[in-house]
Amino acid sequence: MTTPELTADAAPALAREEAADPFTLAGETFTSRLVLGTGGLPSMESLERVVRASGTQLVTVALRRVEAVAGNSMMQVLDRCGVRLLPNTAGCRTAREAVLTARLGREAFGTDWVKLEVIGDEQTLLPDAVELLDAAEQLVAEGFTVLPYTTDDPVLGRRLADAGCAAVMPLGSPIGSGLGIRNPHNIALLREAVPVPVVLDAGIGTASDAALAMELGCDAVLLASAVTRARDPERMALAMRHAVEGGRLARGAGRIPRRWYAQESTAMQGRPEL
Amino acid sequence: MTPPTTLPLTVNGTPAELPAGSTVAVLVAERSGGHDQVAVARNGDVVPRSSWTTTELAAGDVLEVLTPTAGG
Repeated sequence: MTTPELTADAAPALAREEAADPFTLAGETFTSRLVLGTGGLPSMESLERVVRASGTQLVTVALRRVEAVAGNSMMQVLDRCGVRLLPNTAGCRTAREAVLTARLGREAFGTDWVKLEVIGDEQTLLPDAVELLDAAEQLVAEGFTVLPYTTDDPVLGRRLADAGCAAVMPLGSPIGSGLGIRNPHNIALLREAVPVPVVLDAGIGTASDAALAMELGCDAVLLASAVTRARDPERMALAMRHAVEGGRLARGAGRIPRRWYAQESTAMQGRPEL
Repeated sequence: MTPPTTLPLTVNGTPAELPAGSTVAVLVAERSGGHDQVAVARNGDVVPRSSWTTTELAAGDVLEVLTPTAGG
């Protein structure tokens, strides 16, 4: 379903908030805190609508063998949308593979930014911590801006930040699972543990998950499947945009403490005797 | 002994042949299929675009010719 009235900037007040609260990553400033993965959409027309509805300024892309790729249209769409590209190392199983893939990405895309993924398990696609840290150290030494997809372990997060990574990108739950944030406490601890931006990456299922990530203190959210595999990707992209904004605003506004019992919100003073 | 006239190669996982003396640029021209942005790995190392015309392929080379696609 196409909903053109929703793709226009539906929330000028939010847009002003975005502009007043930029997200800085490796010296680059973004007004959107939503990073979008591009995989899983049925067409390039759909990709363009989703990118525009999401308001994203940074999208992940991949490299594959030429025979497996239909044409150049994705790059034309992303160029037209004016978004920055973040090549990934999806599918890599070892540090060696990931480092070579990052170098190839730099060559193909002309950027030294890389979303570093080193997968250690076929079923869960969980990161291989040992290979990940090894690859991160090598790529930082080669001058890459390294954004590692990692577990929600605060200690590993600190090791990655210490290695010179420009951000740490913990999973909420396995890639594409839509299970949301399984360990919110770890995400909050990780946010405290590292001086670099924290980007919640993987596991988002719906808008409330993205909002929670921001409420926990994450600086941005990276998601793909939650939008691209939704029944209406364009509408979900807009939902994610507002969720990230809402969560960020709520974090800044300071939530009320949780209470065991009720606390009346209408003053008892002046209550009539009836 | 006459030098071999073709080079046996592995390109994107399958056996391939190119005339002896072919460079990476020849391989890219043959394989890129109209893709503007291509990156090439040869035996596990990147061949920078600036070296494509000067890098001669050797028998047994293992090559990957890659291009941008969508991905998470």
